[in-house]
Amino acid sequence: MTAALALGDDALVLSHRLGEWAGHAPVLEEEVALANIALDLLGQARLLLSIEGDEDELAYLREERAFRNVQLVEQPNGDFAHTIARQLYFSVHQQGLYAQLAAGEGPFAGMAAKAVKEVAYHRDHAEQWTLRLGDGTDESHARMQRAVDALWRFTGELFQPVEGVDADWQALHSRWLEDVTDVLGRASLTVPTGPQSGAWTAGAGRQGIHTESFGRMLAEMQHLHRSHPGASW
Amino acid sequence: MAAGTASQTAQTAAGGGEGPEAALQAAFDAAVAADERIEPRDWMPDAYRASLVRQMAQHAHSEIIGMQPEANWITRAPSLRRKAILMAKVQDEAGHGLYLYSAAETLGTGREELLDKLHAGRQRYSSIFNYPTLTWADVGAIGWLVDGAAITNQVPLCRCSYGPYARAMVRICKEESFHQRQGYELLLALSNGSPAQHEMAQDAVNRWWWPSLMMFGPPDDASAHSAQSMAWKIKRHSNDELRQRFVDICVPQAEALGLTLPDPDIRWNEERGRHDFGPIDWTEFQEVLKGNGPCNEQRLTQRRRAHEEGAWVREAAAAYARKHTPGADPAVRNGKATA
Repeated sequence: MTAALALGDDALVLSHRLGEWAGHAPVLEEEVALANIALDLLGQARLLLSIEGDEDELAYLREERAFRNVQLVEQPNGDFAHTIARQLYFSVHQQGLYAQLAAGEGPFAGMAAKAVKEVAYHRDHAEQWTLRLGDGTDESHARMQRAVDALWRFTGELFQPVEGVDADWQALHSRWLEDVTDVLGRASLTVPTGPQSGAWTAGAGRQGIHTESFGRMLAEMQHLHRSHPGASW
Repeated sequence: MAAGTASQTAQTAAGGGEGPEAALQAAFDAAVAADERIEPRDWMPDAYRASLVRQMAQHAHSEIIGMQPEANWITRAPSLRRKAILMAKVQDEAGHGLYLYSAAETLGTGREELLDKLHAGRQRYSSIFNYPTLTWADVGAIGWLVDGAAITNQVPLCRCSYGPYARAMVRICKEESFHQRQGYELLLALSNGSPAQHEMAQDAVNRWWWPSLMMFGPPDDASAHSAQSMAWKIKRHSNDELRQRFVDICVPQAEALGLTLPDPDIRWNEERGRHDFGPIDWTEFQEVLKGNGPCNEQRLTQRRRAHEEGAWVREAAAAYARKHTPGADPAVRNGKATA
């Protein structure tokens, strides 16, 4: 597995999920915000996949078992709370990781230095909504707690070391737990007590083992490109 | 007109012995005649205000509903570059909707109220968005033809007599021109691509051409609001004049694309110095306006559903704001607010 694919697939798949919100957001400002985040992530994905090869071949012509993204990012959007919880978990992680990469001298330093600014915005957006939903109404509180709980078991995979990515994974995990605990606390939400991963996810996405909805997502994403082999667009 | 000028003029005139309403009307007419801008605090006739609210709301709604046919292809865009362009475009449309609702709000209405009217079917959006996007090429045809028609309509609105609307249009037109070029370039890539891609492009143009011509509205002799809107300088040109301009622009562009327009009657008329073109099916136009187009039901249902399913999110944001705003009711601030 190459590092650029792992990081690139994370961004590509989450961008795709956010793109599914277009025209369905709860308020017009969120149409703009979700599309904006999706675009940033797509930009990151294109840079990363291009390090590995041809971005379109990699995005459109690999099958499910060849994708290296973590399972967290492929989780369906669910309700708005679900989307926000997924974004919170991922953005806090991505910001920590990219900050480390940007400070280093590895092959991703340049990319990470640019992307970490975007990711800081994504994280702020997710945190602000976590506060509003967690500390809003009884209904929003209940929905946000459900989402936070449901996605918790996919968070352990974020800290499985990726070969070729020079990061202190242990430190990333501790810092992530600290930051997420802080936000959830301020949002009057309870930090889930279950395991962050188990036999069902540990390192699975990185090895090309995905959840069921992912295959359907790829079918939709790839069908047109695959229907016209060799065409340029 | 500059803020203040109108009211000063009006006061002066009112002091001159005429009824205050007549003086205000005279000042307004003079400002319009002098191509001055009317601003939110200026006096304006009720009918002018109502007409602007109607047009600006319809325009804002069109941006919001117009996201749907294109968003329909975001998850299926055939290359990452095209996907990024399309996402950015749909995002821009949401932004245009926001500018236009803000501009409409300067007339004393509210975004919530306007959205309620859209959802209730009491205010319209452009008829064009009731047509389905059936292939990827439709994304290009919308960019080239639909955005092209919109620009032809909207560039003169940059000189509209109502200041906030005119200023919103300056910003919007810049972005729309960019989208239109991207749509054209998408179609060009398809037209010069494989035979299957070329056919896809031609089919999309065949389906979008006539609905795009209908975007300019009914013919001049059947347009209910045109004469008054032109007198108020909200509109600067008639529907038929703008439609003719659009046809004249599109004919050479279609040639450059290597595509044909689905109208056997299009030909250059030397005498007029313009293109003649075939008759529009106004029955179809009327049916779409009445709600009987291919996607009317679907578009409105999706918009209502997004709004209804998002209600708990908006309520949460409002409850949070009440709790965390200094000076808010302490009873609300201390307890968990309920929806």
